[in-house]
Amino acid sequence: MSGHAFTFHGLRLEARASGALWWPDGRWLVVADLHFGKSERLARRGGPLLPPYEGLATLERLGSEIATLRPETVVSLGDGFDDMATIQALDPAVLAELQRMATMRDWFWISGNHDPLGHAELPGRMLDELPLASVILRHQADPQAGPDISGHFHPVVRLAGERHRAFLLGHDHLILPAFGAYTGGLSCEDASLRRLIPKGIAIACGRRAVALPIGVAPAKGR
Amino acid sequence: MILPPEFQDWFARQGWQPHPHQLALLEASGDSLLIAPTGGGKTLAGFLPSLIELRDGVRKGSVHTLYVSPLKALTADIGRNLARPVADLGLSIRIEDRTGDTGQTQRRRQRVDPPEVLLTTPESLALMLSYPEAPAIFGGLRRVVLDELHALAESKRGDQLMLGLARLRALAPGLRVTGLSATVEDPHALADFMAGRAPVAVIQADPGPDPDIAMLPTARPAPWAGGGGHYAIPEVLDAVRQARTTIIFINTRAQAELFFQALWAANDENLPIGLHHGSLSRESRARVEAAMAAGELRAVVATGSLDLGIDWGAVDLVIQIGAPKNVKRLVQRIGRANHRYNAPSKARIVPANRFEQIECVAALQAVREGDLDGDPRGPGPLDVLCQHILLTACAAPFAADALFAEITTAGPYRRLTRADFVACLDFAATGGYALRAYDRWQRLMLRDGLWRLRDPRSTQLLRMNIGTIVEAEMVRVRMRGRGGAPLGEVEEAFAASLSPGDTFLIGGRVVRMDAMREMVIEVSPDPGRQPKIAVFSGVKLAMSTQLAHRVQALIGDPSHHTSLPPDTRDWLALQAQVSRLPEPGLLLSETFPHAGLWHFALYGFAGRNALQTLGLLLTREMEEEGLGPLGFLSTDYALLIWSLDPVRNPAPLLDPARLRAGLGDWLGGNAVMKRTFRNVATVAGLIQRNMPGLRKTGRQATFSSDILYDTLRKYDPDHLMLRVTADEAGRGLVDFGRIEEMLSHSPMREHRMLQRVSPLAAPLLLEVGKVPIRGEGRERLAGIEAEALMREAGLEVSA
Repeated sequence: MSGHAFTFHGLRLEARASGALWWPDGRWLVVADLHFGKSERLARRGGPLLPPYEGLATLERLGSEIATLRPETVVSLGDGFDDMATIQALDPAVLAELQRMATMRDWFWISGNHDPLGHAELPGRMLDELPLASVILRHQADPQAGPDISGHFHPVVRLAGERHRAFLLGHDHLILPAFGAYTGGLSCEDASLRRLIPKGIAIACGRRAVALPIGVAPAKGR
Repeated sequence: MILPPEFQDWFARQGWQPHPHQLALLEASGDSLLIAPTGGGKTLAGFLPSLIELRDGVRKGSVHTLYVSPLKALTADIGRNLARPVADLGLSIRIEDRTGDTGQTQRRRQRVDPPEVLLTTPESLALMLSYPEAPAIFGGLRRVVLDELHALAESKRGDQLMLGLARLRALAPGLRVTGLSATVEDPHALADFMAGRAPVAVIQADPGPDPDIAMLPTARPAPWAGGGGHYAIPEVLDAVRQARTTIIFINTRAQAELFFQALWAANDENLPIGLHHGSLSRESRARVEAAMAAGELRAVVATGSLDLGIDWGAVDLVIQIGAPKNVKRLVQRIGRANHRYNAPSKARIVPANRFEQIECVAALQAVREGDLDGDPRGPGPLDVLCQHILLTACAAPFAADALFAEITTAGPYRRLTRADFVACLDFAATGGYALRAYDRWQRLMLRDGLWRLRDPRSTQLLRMNIGTIVEAEMVRVRMRGRGGAPLGEVEEAFAASLSPGDTFLIGGRVVRMDAMREMVIEVSPDPGRQPKIAVFSGVKLAMSTQLAHRVQALIGDPSHHTSLPPDTRDWLALQAQVSRLPEPGLLLSETFPHAGLWHFALYGFAGRNALQTLGLLLTREMEEEGLGPLGFLSTDYALLIWSLDPVRNPAPLLDPARLRAGLGDWLGGNAVMKRTFRNVATVAGLIQRNMPGLRKTGRQATFSSDILYDTLRKYDPDHLMLRVTADEAGRGLVDFGRIEEMLSHSPMREHRMLQRVSPLAAPLLLEVGKVPIRGEGRERLAGIEAEALMREAGLEVSA
């Protein structure tokens, strides 16, 4: 099995090696920070012309998880789009496929700092927060209002000399890695993440999901 | 042109005779390349025509002579050296430099009111040519002097300079160009490199007497391994004492720091000895240079930072610590000693370890035989061309036909096809993607037949990206605790290889790694302990093929071992006893356990690049066989692979047909290709260089270039950047031809299973520059490591 199973406030969950979160009891698939349209936005601002294929790449990985798990509900935890203008400029093939995926099941778009207004072009419901049992799904973890499941930080962890995208699991917060292809990462040891999760485990993504403790000993390089 | 009387008088007042090559350069009617040893008055020869032309009054508003050197330090030095004849002759000429160190005020003034003589570097020239004022600044240019052309031609900096030169030749028709070079193996190839439409005349100066060069005899033998050369400190100090001024060359910055400290620890007489390398601040380098120029120093410990021509006439001895790796470079370094023409250069070599003793003996033989090494230069790389196209657009809108015509006058791009040019232009304009275009957001737009920038704001980003040297990602190192003192920077790849508790060297101090935050390594002082790992330093010299062959022949023939020092003879004898000696025609390999992992050593003597490719191919095969390879390193003479399970029979792995099949899709996600891609994509402007401050903001805005590489391979496999990456790797890093040559020229194979490290393999274990393999072995290791951490923390692993 390529995922790592754990329990968070009574929810049986699985951190997938892809970076998606799976809730088997309700058949929910949760992904964070898809950042569709990132290359478009950089080009618009006069920056480098990156390979404009990150939408296809992200969509393929998402499609493969959907095909494997057959979720009834998909939740995007915010920053699904790199900014509001990118939705109009999205690759028509990507947009069509995304529309097809989102009409076939329940789909929730939680708003993030990059895409606060929601997206009328796409099926699915737009929300700021979404409750799941005793837990809140939101874009950015709220230190005062846990337990919550969120994204926003793009956490990464160093394991055996490599940087891996990672889930961070603490007492009150579960933070997902960015699912989008062109996304940087913030070390789980960064102060802003340590404040939220002083101690817990990181689940590193790769060919398998691998759990390791954080906030106990420094992550070891090799 | 003849030497005017007042110049003849000036020479006479210095007690000098003009050298024949100085006069030959005056008589030259077109472009020239002067090959002369250091000390032959080369720089003065290059500037004499300019001084003579400028003596009859000065035209304002445009540069008359442009001098380009690879080093900022050289421009300052040349400025000082020229000041004297200019003052003596009463010439009214403004000479200024323009480098990355030049302040904003002076830069602005130079754009409006340029000096008669401008001293600069290839990167600063590219920047100046990207200004709209470039035609005004350079329109009246009469002469260009290219110093240390042999050094510039070795890298993409030379290609960029030649493109700039083509631009200058177009802006100022009738321009005369003079190249200055140290001894090279093929002067006519270098002349062709710098030529425009007309051929370049080669002027060879008298090379002077043969150098006095030998190994420095030492009381203690060279150590088994390591690169420090500290065992020779007493003899080096003796040599410094006997000479007037000595340059001590050493290959890496960290080694230079350590050697400098060790010298001072033994320097009872307080001989004034300085230190000079690229990581030191500009101020401290300038202090050392000034002290050398004033004759206040008896010696300076230096890296390649002093390879190039600052003219210190007083230097009468060069000591090379560590193997020179390349005969031509050794000859050029020897030439740094004794700048008095027609006196022999004196140089002594100190091999750092026993293997290097062999290399040094082989190199000395080559020097005596005048056998210089070097590979022919490939065509001008397209990533440099992409950058040039974008910078051209920064200066002014351009027509494609005119630009193509101009570019193909540059030596390296003379055979550029129109199709390749169009591909580069398309990349610069649209990104050049097959499946999807940035219709609305192109970088360059075609309007009224001219290509121009869509968004003028991008000029700033493009100018920040100028240059062809791509530095490795750096991680800061600082002392532990709140407000710990910053010590410097190490490469990210090196940082990733450290575990807490490892000791390493930085800024001449031994420190212990405590923790690694994302972009900072925290350390504690740990004096008294030997550092386990030396700081990886960017510039790694590769041993030339010719020298590698000489080394193999020397090792393989015990009858020639008499030319080696006794301790090296013993070492090779021990190797012959516990394993056997490699020799021409024999491919020797060994398997042995070490530090809990299996190691496979192959003595191929095919050069670092070919052995690196072989490492990539072999680790792929080992991955398929389930041996769990974790990484490898290649040196010029051997390849070492470590894995979870041992290689027991290398014969099937080394089957040429199998290797060739592996090469077919070797462009797969390996580290070398990704590293090459990162360089290519940065030079071409696909990736913006990290801007200062960007990575300190916590959230990493940048993401790995590996992601772009993987994305392109998947969705746009024919993209220009992948083609350029494959070309570059194929020319330099891949070198598959030499693997095949190695296999076909080594009909005999021998594999030894050993209980422990063999004498010949021991130094390999201490080498830096390991390439990690991201495969099943590493996944297994990551799992083991994570489980151990979980258990340590008292957590259960539930998966």
